[in-house]
Amino acid sequence: MNKIVIIDDEPLAREVVKEYLESFPDMEVVAECNDGFEAVKAIAAHEPDLIFLDIQMPKISGFEMLELLEDPPAVIFATAFDEFAIKAFEANAVDYLLKPFSEDRFATAIRKYLEQRQESREKVTALVESVQRDAPLQRIVIRDGSKIKIVPLHEVIMLEAADDYVKIHTDGGVYLKKKTMSSFESGLPETQFVRLHRSYIVNISQITRIDPMEKENHVALLKAGNRVPVSKSGYQKLKACLDL
Amino acid sequence: MAQPLLAQRRFYLTYAIYWVLWVVIATNILEWYGMPGLPALFDSLITFVLLGLICILVCNILTYYEPSRDLILYLSVLAVIATVAWVFLDRAIVNPLLYRDTDFEKVLGKSLPVRLCVGFLNIGWMVLITLFWKRLETERDARDRQADMERISKDAELYKLRQQLNPHFLFNSLNSINALIHSKPDQARKMVQQLSEFLRGTLKREEYQLITLEEEFQYLKLYLDIEKVRFGHRLNAEFDTGEKSLEAMIPPLILQPLMENAIKFGLYGTTGEVTIRLKSHVADQYLVIAVMNPFEADMQTNKGTGFGLRSIRRRLYLLYGRDDLMEVSQEGNHFVVIFRIPQRYE
Repeated sequence: MNKIVIIDDEPLAREVVKEYLESFPDMEVVAECNDGFEAVKAIAAHEPDLIFLDIQMPKISGFEMLELLEDPPAVIFATAFDEFAIKAFEANAVDYLLKPFSEDRFATAIRKYLEQRQESREKVTALVESVQRDAPLQRIVIRDGSKIKIVPLHEVIMLEAADDYVKIHTDGGVYLKKKTMSSFESGLPETQFVRLHRSYIVNISQITRIDPMEKENHVALLKAGNRVPVSKSGYQKLKACLDL
Repeated sequence: MAQPLLAQRRFYLTYAIYWVLWVVIATNILEWYGMPGLPALFDSLITFVLLGLICILVCNILTYYEPSRDLILYLSVLAVIATVAWVFLDRAIVNPLLYRDTDFEKVLGKSLPVRLCVGFLNIGWMVLITLFWKRLETERDARDRQADMERISKDAELYKLRQQLNPHFLFNSLNSINALIHSKPDQARKMVQQLSEFLRGTLKREEYQLITLEEEFQYLKLYLDIEKVRFGHRLNAEFDTGEKSLEAMIPPLILQPLMENAIKFGLYGTTGEVTIRLKSHVADQYLVIAVMNPFEADMQTNKGTGFGLRSIRRRLYLLYGRDDLMEVSQEGNHFVVIFRIPQRYE
């Protein structure tokens, strides 16, 4: 038996998926969610094998929701129109349904899922990474225990590498997120954030002073009091950002 | 289009009067020198009609040919040649005709420098006037073209802004219909009709033709009905229309993106019940419309939400040439958009 969660903010859209699923006896819908927050809870509770996911939803987008999952299940995206997302789907060969979709098209997606369950899970992880790389970030979604936090970029002080995680220093505290520094570096707006060091990305508006240190290195002082090492290349980038 | 100087009817009248004056003056001068009245008149007449024709010829040449280099040299040479040609042509016609074997022939020979001066001055004037007129016309043309271009691009932009029906809305509505066909065919049919009516409305409206607020409201209700089916019971809309405001005129479809925006903020930002309030009243020759929708202040806006507002602001600017007609504010957990549409009363 395959456990399924349907995530869509429109009740009728969920109806269609449920109705089409009736022809597949070994598929069981264990939960329906209205938004990403509900979905994170439902997925933790039911550990589904497959989710149907809309992209544009209340509170957080489908992609942001996926980011919050430790081990995302297989995903079939169902969306009405999103040029950008569709490109990402194609690039990562993850199956997606464009609303309104036919029963045949739906059946094809299910067959594809059944044939390559494990593979498709890996593809989804790659997709989420690629979406983050291509679309400029406007906020960071963080999971803090059972709570979900949405941090606007202006509240981010700096990011610090910590093994497989990134420590996100904000006005409201420090959070951990499983993500790479390089994906943050390419996703964050260049005019607002600069990678001063292999292990540090800093919000430019937070910098109060830059002092020279031994040899060609520098150290940046932040408003919050942090001292951040600045590498030689980091210093060049900073100079370019500030038009020095 | 540029109008050459010679195509102006007014020009010929002024021109004729000008040469008549010259004829009168010249006749008097000749008589003063002792020439009998009739030959003096004929001499002057022939001389200045000839000069008038030569001036027109010069004007024509300049109108249709003007070198891009050495303009001053060209103009000087043209004026000198025309002057010399005039003087000798004039004498060649007048002398044998009027003064054959008279003393006047010799006396008149001495007036050559005066004639050259008069000719050169007149032709010089003509050259300058022609050139000046040409420049003026070119500039006027350029200005007209520029205005045309601006108008065309403005029309195109307005058209585009109006056409930006959110594809999300369209495809999601179709998807809802798809769901209803099986479970509630009657409702599906109703929604197809509503959607068609809505789409027809977006297609046929003219940009500059204003409609009444009442018409716009009907159209909005259609839109909201469709959205209600999509989002079930979560969406409510209240219309509070003040006195006279229903007859006020507004540009078509200006409210719809605002509603779309309100729904986006209200519904995509929260999962509870949402009520969008719309108030309108007429004050001080303006129709004032306020749209209020709740949103959760701690939620960062979704991507693209600003577009609806930007496009309305742009439309208002293109239509009224003002960018102070729309205000966006937050009151507690309500998002408020107020805009004012100028009303013209006879």
